[in-house]
This record gives sequence, C-alpha cells and structure tokens, in this order.
Amino acid sequence: MTPGRVSFAAFVALALLSAPAQAETIQVIIDKLVFAPTDVNAKVGDTVEWVNKDPLAHTATATNGEWNVTLAPKQNGQLVLKTPGTTEYFCKFHPNMKGRVIVTP
Amino acid sequence: MIAKLSAGFAVLCLLSAPLFAQGAKPTDPQIAHIAYTAGQLDIEAAKLALEKSKNKEVRDFAQDMVRDHTEVNKQALALVKKLNVTPEDNDTSRALSKQAAAKRSELSKLNGAAFDKAYVANEVAYHKTVNGALESTLIPSANNAELKSLLQTGLKIFQGHEQHAEHVAADVK
Repeated sequence: MTPGRVSFAAFVALALLSAPAQAETIQVIIDKLVFAPTDVNAKVGDTVEWVNKDPLAHTATATNGEWNVTLAPKQNGQLVLKTPGTTEYFCKFHPNMKGRVIVTP
Repeated sequence: MIAKLSAGFAVLCLLSAPLFAQGAKPTDPQIAHIAYTAGQLDIEAAKLALEKSKNKEVRDFAQDMVRDHTEVNKQALALVKKLNVTPEDNDTSRALSKQAAAKRSELSKLNGAAFDKAYVANEVAYHKTVNGALESTLIPSANNAELKSLLQTGLKIFQGHEQHAEHVAADVK
C-alpha cells in the first residue's frame, strides 16, 4: 500500500467516525401562553423551532442573556443550539411563560 | 387624632374597595362589558405614556399594552358578535372608568421620571385589581363556555403584564 492510499483510507475512516448524527429540529408549540413541551432535550447542532399559534407577539429569551428569539403573532422562530448546558428561558412580554432547553454535547 | 386616623382609614377603604359587592354576580353581557372596558382603559393609559414618556423601557411596555389589549378586545368583540350578546354597561364598568379617569388626570400633571414611576406603579396595581376581579368574580360567574375560556386566556395574558410591569417598575425606581 502506498503512503498516499493509507492516508486516504485514514481520512475516509476519520470522516465517517466523526460525522455528526443528523441534526434535528425540535418544535415547541406556543398556544394560549404556554410553551409545550416545557423542557426541550437536544444535542449541540440541533435547532429549536418555536411555533407561535397565539395572535400575540411573544419572545423566547434566555434568562442568562445568551439568546433572544422574537416571535411575531402566528409566526415561527428558530435557534441553532451551539453550546451544551441547561438554559432557562421566558417571554419578555409575558414573563409568566417559562421553558428550558437542555443541550448535551 | 382618632378622627384623623379614621378619616385616613376611610380613604384607604375607598381606594382599595373591591370592584364587586359581596356576593354580587354579574351576567355575561355585564362581564363582557367589564372585560372590554378594562382593556380599553389600559390602552388609554398606554397612549398617555406614549405621549409623555421618553424612557425606552416604559415606551416599549406601553406599546406592548396597546398591542395585546387591542388584540384581546378584538377577540372579545368577535365573540360577543358571534354569541349575539350586547355588552351591558354596569356599576363596575362605571367605577373602573371613573377611577381610570382620575388616575389619568393625576398622571398627566407629572413629567419625566416622576411620570414613568407613577405610570408603571399604576400598571402593576391596575393589572392586580383586574386580575383579582377576573379570578374571584368574572371567570366563576361567566355562563358561556367560550366567554369563560376567553377570560381565562385573558387572565394569563394580564398576569404576564403584571409581572412585566413589576420588572419595569424595578428598573425605573
């Protein structure tokens, strides 16, 4: 086997091994001022999509200030999860609306 | 001294008087009128804030109030139309309007930070009063299931406003 072949095979093997699992999109439905489900369990690289069914504007705002997604009435909003950890979030307009995003590596 | 104290107490009682007499049960047309009126009054207060305030957080809050209460009242009007109910004026609606008019004239004399503080403090108190009335009287008294459901959603929205107003109040202190 030539050195070129070895490194090519190694490269292919490495690419296969380190290929991330297919990133998922997880939906959170907002209906009558409730985030459902309240807890989202996801992996780094996944996307959370909030589906606002209310005729009211909402936000999904991380309590730690890391992210803020504005949700116009009857519109969706998305967030790609980049860092592992548990983040609590709420709606800035209706702070009684609360949820959590739990991200594993 | 005792006379002064009791006069003070009487004023306090007037201010904190509940919106409903003990055991009074409003009808659906009256409930619809009260809920709609409460929303309109908060929109009027917000419009005053938008005229007077230069504080971004206060203005944003006032805009949120106009937007949400306009939407809820739009739904309320659509529902009464569908149910063929004519909202009926009543003592509670009149008391709310009267109190709100007095508050507006008081607020209109204030400016700058003093206005912001008084407006937001009143928003906390006002939503508290309306939410109390919704929980204790309006929702339990509503006969029509759709009206009850709209009031229940309204309560969640206004509880959100109450908390939002508390956050703003902490910032404009």
